[in-house]
Amino acid sequence: MDTAMLTSLHDFISASLFSTRELPLFGCPVPAGFPSPADDHLEGPFDLNRLLFRHPASTFLARVSGDSMIEAGIHPGDLVAVDRALRADHGSIVVAVVEGEHTIKRLQFRAGQPWLVAENARYAPLPIDPDVGLLVWGVVTHVIHSLAGAPAAK
Amino acid sequence: MYALVDCNNFYVSCERVFAPQLEGRPVVVLSNNDGCLISRSQEAKDLGLKMGEPYHLVRPLLEQHRVQVFSSNYALYGDMSRRVVQVMSSFTPAVEVYSIDEAFLDFSGLDWITKKSDLLTYGQQVRNTVLNYTGIPTCVGIAPTKTLAKLANRLAPRTGPTRTMVLATAADWEPALARVPVDTIWGVGRRYARKLTELGINTGLELARLPEHWLRRHLGGVVGQRLWRELHGQPCLEWNPAEWDDDQLQPNTASRHSVTCTRSFGRPQHQETVLAEAVATFATKAAEKLRRHGQAAHLVTVILGTDRFAPAPGPKTHTAVISLPTSTNDTGMLIKAALQGLRHLRRAGTAYHRAGVLLTGLEPEGQAQLGLFSGSAADQQRSQQLMKAMDGLNARFGRQLVRSAAMGVAKNVDGLLQKPVWAGRAAHCSPRYTTGWDELWQVR
Repeated sequence: MDTAMLTSLHDFISASLFSTRELPLFGCPVPAGFPSPADDHLEGPFDLNRLLFRHPASTFLARVSGDSMIEAGIHPGDLVAVDRALRADHGSIVVAVVEGEHTIKRLQFRAGQPWLVAENARYAPLPIDPDVGLLVWGVVTHVIHSLAGAPAAK
Repeated sequence: MYALVDCNNFYVSCERVFAPQLEGRPVVVLSNNDGCLISRSQEAKDLGLKMGEPYHLVRPLLEQHRVQVFSSNYALYGDMSRRVVQVMSSFTPAVEVYSIDEAFLDFSGLDWITKKSDLLTYGQQVRNTVLNYTGIPTCVGIAPTKTLAKLANRLAPRTGPTRTMVLATAADWEPALARVPVDTIWGVGRRYARKLTELGINTGLELARLPEHWLRRHLGGVVGQRLWRELHGQPCLEWNPAEWDDDQLQPNTASRHSVTCTRSFGRPQHQETVLAEAVATFATKAAEKLRRHGQAAHLVTVILGTDRFAPAPGPKTHTAVISLPTSTNDTGMLIKAALQGLRHLRRAGTAYHRAGVLLTGLEPEGQAQLGLFSGSAADQQRSQQLMKAMDGLNARFGRQLVRSAAMGVAKNVDGLLQKPVWAGRAAHCSPRYTTGWDELWQVR
């Protein structure tokens, strides 16, 4: 057996030994029974729920079915988190009620008047009839888009 | 102070959150199996539709007025109820959920609010926050006792932005009590109401004006005394009329002695395999309930019901009781016993309209004596571990992920479980907007 072969064999053995060891988050081996200095700082894995649902009681998931917001990065089939607890401002992406239907658009105030604006040149901006008034259902806080081509979550 | 927050026409309101085109239109929701009306929008009430009316009787009226009809969607209502309670919990840590659409908020930690106008503002704030956060409209009643809070809620305006009523002092609640018939007072059951009206006591105020010892003597002893105190603004902690109200179909105390799961079928069933799958499903659900309460059962009763409205004489409900060698809450053992009961009970060719499983002879789990023929302690331990693993998986990945094959295994093309043949009618069910990935609420 030559040296190169021995080395690679050693690599192979140590690598296989190494791969069976589970590494806890922030933990590191310390000899002679001393606790890891990081143990007190162990943190749980990231919880996306807490990020997406800052107000769990008022946040709802919806599936997007049209392409009117495609230039804002919101594609058909994507999931959006909609929070009813937030106040809609100029520039917010909102779910609004228009003619009895839920629609996702960007809210803009133009000369004091609210407009619902699509992020797709094929759709014209929609002025809000002052007699009906603007009905915002909730503010869109996040979009979940799958890159694999499949719709996000099923 | 207590606040009773009551969701307005709760099931209809849930449907409207996700279907804004229903705003201003008459809407009703039907009970299980599309039986009768259990929730009505104001527009539907204005048409004269009554609570509990059988669907098949009012159908022509519903069609005539183009009333939107929904089958009950408990996945949606349960999730919305959870959200409403969560919002209320931000106002006081002491939220007592009274039903799917009502909760008491204990404001006793908020004694700094003494002015009536401040209480009114606070109640409106609860209402507005629940409405903004969940889309569910509510009415709020605030008073020093739960009984008076119920009354305040009843009298709160049903329209407009306020919908809050405060009865802070006797000067507030006495005129309010005078406005309501005595049988609407919380805790005055139907039986006592009859007795009281016979004695010429017709309003809540007339009841409250009676001496304390009179209520003690004539309205159920200490319970009557508590009622008197509640009506005079003195809160009684143990006050829970639901426990003794004779109008309740199933008193709380009895439910601790049995666990049951029964359903009406969408259409009559006579096939043995279908009935067996239904009974196995009910046994599974009852077993899950049993384990949630840490109990085990000695007796399994199988119930089969024939057509209640059939002209032929004779009983319409048939039962068979199987006694188990030892108490258990193992799904497999309970299914086995239930199927044994079913074989006894079923008459070939008879069409059954409903079925159920009742578990009685309950005791805390883990107390079972080892029987001579009923397996070793190791078997029992294995069963407990299996049930624990099964409940854990089902809690994490959705109900019925792991299930007994006796419940039937039909799947449709998408790999989703098909609705069983015996399933109740739910012809008008809305999507599970907030709890089902494949039925999620859609925005354009």
